[in-house]
Amino acid sequence: MYEVGASRSRNHLHTLLKNIMIIPLVTVTFFFFGWWIYWAFPNAFPGIGGIDFAAGASYTPWSENMGTNLEDRITGVFWAAFLLFSWTAASIVSGSVIERIRSSALWLHAVMIGSVWWIIDAAWGWHWDGWMVKVLGYHDAYASGVIHAIAGGYALGLLLVLGPRIGKFAADGTPRDIPPHNPWLLTIGIFLIYTGFWGFYAACNVPIISPEVIDGQITGTTWTATNIYLAPTTLSAITFNFLMSLSGGLMAAYIVSKGDAFWTFSGGLAGIITASAGNDLYHPIQAMLVAAIGVVIVYRLHFWVERKFKIDDAVGAVAVHGYSGVVGLIIAGFVLWGAPSSPYDGYATVNPLGQFIGAVIMFGLLGFLPGWALAKIQQAAGVLRIPREVELQGLDFSENKAFEAAKSDVIAAEKAAVAQK
Amino acid sequence: MSTIGYESWAVDLGTVGAVYPFQGWEVAMTVLGVLFWLGWHRMQFDAESKELEDAVNSFKGSEATQAIDRY
Repeated sequence: MYEVGASRSRNHLHTLLKNIMIIPLVTVTFFFFGWWIYWAFPNAFPGIGGIDFAAGASYTPWSENMGTNLEDRITGVFWAAFLLFSWTAASIVSGSVIERIRSSALWLHAVMIGSVWWIIDAAWGWHWDGWMVKVLGYHDAYASGVIHAIAGGYALGLLLVLGPRIGKFAADGTPRDIPPHNPWLLTIGIFLIYTGFWGFYAACNVPIISPEVIDGQITGTTWTATNIYLAPTTLSAITFNFLMSLSGGLMAAYIVSKGDAFWTFSGGLAGIITASAGNDLYHPIQAMLVAAIGVVIVYRLHFWVERKFKIDDAVGAVAVHGYSGVVGLIIAGFVLWGAPSSPYDGYATVNPLGQFIGAVIMFGLLGFLPGWALAKIQQAAGVLRIPREVELQGLDFSENKAFEAAKSDVIAAEKAAVAQK
Repeated sequence: MSTIGYESWAVDLGTVGAVYPFQGWEVAMTVLGVLFWLGWHRMQFDAESKELEDAVNSFKGSEATQAIDRY
């Protein structure tokens, strides 16, 4: 909805389909191999370990656990929760490249970011057994890095090769604003994203669990809610922190953008994303201030990159998701310095260097690099961008022509029927 | 050293209370938060005053009529 609102009228049908078809394509590929990657790849990194075929065996598409099975009633639910994040990662990339990418090209990127790259990063840094958690003390409770930094980095790599829309930059390089065709659709879209994000926060938690289930790492008998690393948090904490970081982001974005509605709403989202890495543990005032600081950095960085590198990011996704994610990870390294990254013995504690390396891996290694490389291959094959003529007349040109012809035809027929009366 | 007061979760959670960073600094954080809030009102008021002043200075009757026609 957000993406379609941001597109121009002559492109919105294709823009809508480009985004919606991400859902089935990422769903089937996440069933075929994405979910298996999550369980088999936590230690698949040179010098750390390899692919754990035994751990992944239950999550292959031919496993009995991946079907109706009275001994496993829950795998499909966890699969769907992660799949939702896969759609999100792909959708973030989709928004940034509207009005000039070929749908066929984008859908390949959607499968790669949604069912391969993000789920590798989730295995490494968003899994109780992930090597980044063990070795780096990587902490990213609500996915500043594992969803947002990687998707923003991927979008930037793709945009660098794809190039801007015709007319985006003046001859002297000054960027032009390309207004959305429907600001209200865009507004409803981003408010729905806020709502979905809140649900995502709840979905990232194990609601309540006993110490024995965490292999007895936590002592005593007190049950607790946990984050994805099985470390304690509370529903109260994430409720406070989600709303305070949304507010800090909105307030800072309103000021820094001088009341620009688009950036103010996006700033609310950027604020949550910036604070998300540590929102399981932050104090609400910390969440608000982290969000506000992040939004100011991200806003300024967006316009600097746009001018300097002529990047046409149609919805500001690289900034709102990518830069916010990176900034959020780094800030969490300082604010949570020394906190345990996991309940398991021998894991590194949270630290700034680990978070910085984590941010580079998320945004650069698993985001920017694969996006740039696949786009380069598509560009070399001449299948990345729509022809100039199509971009100028609009992607919906033939559909609109057919619509007008059909309309004229039926109006003429009905008028003829009236004349016969 | 840990900003949250715990370097390991191998503890009895029945004995654990607050786990946010910088416990003991709640009042200072509140002061900082309130300054952020009040500062926001000040900055917003200044920006809005300038915007309204600019709009008054650039007022043209014909453009206002067009705006009224657009409803």
